[in-house]
Amino acid sequence: MWSRRQGRLSTLACGVEELRCRRREREAALRKARREQQLVSKRLLREDAPEEAGGQSAAVLLGEAEVQQFLRLAQRGTDEKEREKALVSLRRGLQHPETQQTFIRLEGSMRTLVGLLTSNRALLQLEAARCLHELSHSEQSAVAEACLPATSYLLTYLSGHSSEFIELCLYTLGNLIVESEAVRKQLLPQGIVPALVACIQSPHVAVLEALGYALSQLLQSKEAPEKIIPSLLDSSLLQHMLRLMQPGPKLNLGVAVEFAWCLHYIICSQVNNAMLLSHGALPTLAMLLLDMAGAAQRMDDAGLELLACPVFRCLSNLLTEVPVEAMGEQMELRDERIVAALFILLQFFLQKQPTLLSEGLWLLNNLTANSPTLCTSLLSLDLIEPLLQLLPLSNVISVLVLTVLCNIVEKGPAYCQRLWPGPLLSCLLNTLVLSDIEVVGQSLELLQLLFLYQPEAAQAFLQQSGLQALERHQEETQLRDRILALQQTAIHG
Amino acid sequence: MLLPTALYSRLAGAPGAAEPLPVERNPAAGAAPFLFTPRLVRFPRDHEFFEDGDVQRHLYLQDMLTQVSETPEKSMVPEFTCQVAGCCQVFAALEDYQHHYHMSHGNTCSLCSRAFPSGHLLDVHILEWHDSLFQILAQRQDMYQCLVEGCPEKFRTSQDRKDHMVRLHLYPADFRFDKPKTNRGPAMPAAADPPARALKDDSDAMEICSEPAAPPPCRRTYSHSCLPGAIFHSCLDIGL
Repeated sequence: MWSRRQGRLSTLACGVEELRCRRREREAALRKARREQQLVSKRLLREDAPEEAGGQSAAVLLGEAEVQQFLRLAQRGTDEKEREKALVSLRRGLQHPETQQTFIRLEGSMRTLVGLLTSNRALLQLEAARCLHELSHSEQSAVAEACLPATSYLLTYLSGHSSEFIELCLYTLGNLIVESEAVRKQLLPQGIVPALVACIQSPHVAVLEALGYALSQLLQSKEAPEKIIPSLLDSSLLQHMLRLMQPGPKLNLGVAVEFAWCLHYIICSQVNNAMLLSHGALPTLAMLLLDMAGAAQRMDDAGLELLACPVFRCLSNLLTEVPVEAMGEQMELRDERIVAALFILLQFFLQKQPTLLSEGLWLLNNLTANSPTLCTSLLSLDLIEPLLQLLPLSNVISVLVLTVLCNIVEKGPAYCQRLWPGPLLSCLLNTLVLSDIEVVGQSLELLQLLFLYQPEAAQAFLQQSGLQALERHQEETQLRDRILALQQTAIHG
Repeated sequence: MLLPTALYSRLAGAPGAAEPLPVERNPAAGAAPFLFTPRLVRFPRDHEFFEDGDVQRHLYLQDMLTQVSETPEKSMVPEFTCQVAGCCQVFAALEDYQHHYHMSHGNTCSLCSRAFPSGHLLDVHILEWHDSLFQILAQRQDMYQCLVEGCPEKFRTSQDRKDHMVRLHLYPADFRFDKPKTNRGPAMPAAADPPARALKDDSDAMEICSEPAAPPPCRRTYSHSCLPGAIFHSCLDIGL
C-alpha cells in the first residue's frame, strides 16, 4: 500500500515525542475545522512543514523576473536538460505561496505552462505537471481558479497509459476540486465522470488510489448530492468501485480505503441507495468485514483502521435503507460470522484505535435491532461478557452497549433466560452509580425489560441494594417516572 | 476484552446462521414511562458522532499528500537510448523512459506517426484523417463526433464540433487536440524560417480533425537534429 512512501519519517529531523506533540496539534486543528464545517478546505490537506523536512524541497521565493526567466527558458531553451532544470527551479519556487501569486499574475504564464504540459517532450511534460500540482496545493482559491485552463487536458490525460503522469494529474485534480467550486462546475460538463470510468480500469494500484482520492474529494463537496452523485450513479463507476472493494488476493488496502470513503459519501447523500443495494453493496461490505477480521487476527494489519472506519459507516447506514420485508433475504446479514468478525475487530481496535469502538458498536446495534438471528448468535457465541467488558470505557460506549443489550432482551423470555444467571445485573448496578443521564436512562430501560421477562432478576436486584441505587437519581426529571415504575415493579412484582 | 477462543475458528468456518430463539413480546415492554424500541440509527455525514473518524481520515490524507508532493526517487540506470525506430532520446531513469514511451510511442498513428494522449483520440484521428469512407459519408451526414467520451453528439463539420465542445463542455477554444488538419504529410525536413510565434501558437499539437482546406505552406523547423522528420513532426514547438 505505501511501499513507496516508507521513507517519510526519516526525513523529519525531530524526535518521537515531538512527532506525537505535532500530531496532537494537527488533530486539534482538524477537530476545530470540522466543527466549523471547514474540514473540506484544502488548508488542512497538506502537512505544513516543507522547511522542516529539509533538503530536497525547500520552498524558494521567486520574484517576477525570475519566474519569467524560468518560463522562457523552459519554453524556448535549446538544450532539453536546461529546459527541464528551469521547470524544476520553477516548481521549487511554486511551493512558496507568494511565488504562486506572482506566477498567476504574470500574463501568459498559465498558457505557457499548459503548453509545456501538452508538449510531447515527456520530461518537460512531467515537470510541468509537477508545477501545476504545486499550484493546486494553494490555499487561495484564486490560484486554484487560475488552473482552470488546464483541467480539460488533465482529464484528457486520464485516458492515457503513463501511470506516473496520470497519478499526478489525478492528485492535482483532487486538490483543485477541493478548493474551488468554479473548478467543480467546469469538470462535470468537461466529462470528468466518463474520464474516471476510463481511468478506473487501469491495472495500476497507484493510479487507482489517486483516482479514489480525487473522487472522494469530489463526492465530499456540498453540491455533490444534487450535481455530482446522480451522474455518477448513472455511469458504471459504482460497479467498478465495488469491484475494487471485493476481498481476495487482488484487494489493495490503499485503494479500498479511498473507495470505501467514496461509498460513505454516496450513501450519506441518500440519492439512490436502492441502487447500491441492487448492485450488491451489502454483500461486498459484509465480506470485506470478514476479510478485515481475518487480517486483524493474522496481525496483517497495517492501516486496517483506515478501512474499518468507512466500512463500518457504509454498512451501518446502508442497513437503515434495507426495506423491512427484504431484511430476511440478505443472507450475509444473518451469517453469524459477521458478529464474530465485528467483535474480533472491536477487540483489535481497543488497543490500536479506541475511537473506532463507538462506530463499531453503532454497527452492532443496526445489525441486531431487528434481527432475532443475530441476537441469538450473540448469545450462542458467548459474546455477552466481552460486550459487558466494554461498559466502563466511556459514556457513549456505555449507552451503545446497553442499547445492544436491550435489543437482545426485548425479544422476550427465551433470550432473557440465556442471560440469567450472569454478570448482567451487577454490571447494571455499576452503571446506575454513574451520573450520566443517558447511561442511567438506558440502564433503566434494560432493567424494565429484564424484570418483565425474568422475574428472578427483580428479586436479585432488591437483594443487591438495587433500590438504593435507584434512589440516587430520583430527583432527575428525565429519570423520575421510570425510577418510580421500576421501584414499584421490584417491590410488588 | 477477552474473546472466547472458539470465535476465531468460527470466523474461519463455513457461513451459517443461528436458528433464532422464539420471539415473544409482552405489550408492557417499552410502554410508558419507558421508551425503548429497537431501531436502526442513521447518522448524516456531518454528525458529531463522526468527528473522530473524520479527523483520523484527514490526518492520513495530510500525510499522504505530503508524500505525493515529494519528488519520488527515480530508479537511476546507466544511460540508454529509446529503441523505437527513429527515436534517439536518451534516458537515465526508468520512470522517465516509461513516461516518454507511453506519451510519444503509445498511442501513435501508424500511418502518419502522430502521437496522441489516449487510444480514444487516436481512434478518432484515424477515422477522420485516414479513412476515405469517412470523407464520403461526411458529405452526407453528421460524422464528426464530440471528443468528450460519453457524449453521443455528432456534427457536420469540425467547426460545429468545436463550437459544441466550447459551449457545452466548456473546453478551451484552442484545445490542442482539436486542431484542423494541415496537409503537411508525414516527412518534412527542416524548413526555411523559424515561425514567428509568440507564446500562443502550437498548431502542431496532436491534430485530430480534418478540413478539406488548402494546405498551408510548411513552416516547421526542427532544432533537434536527432529527430528524423517521420516521427516527430507533431513536435509541439513552443518556440522550436
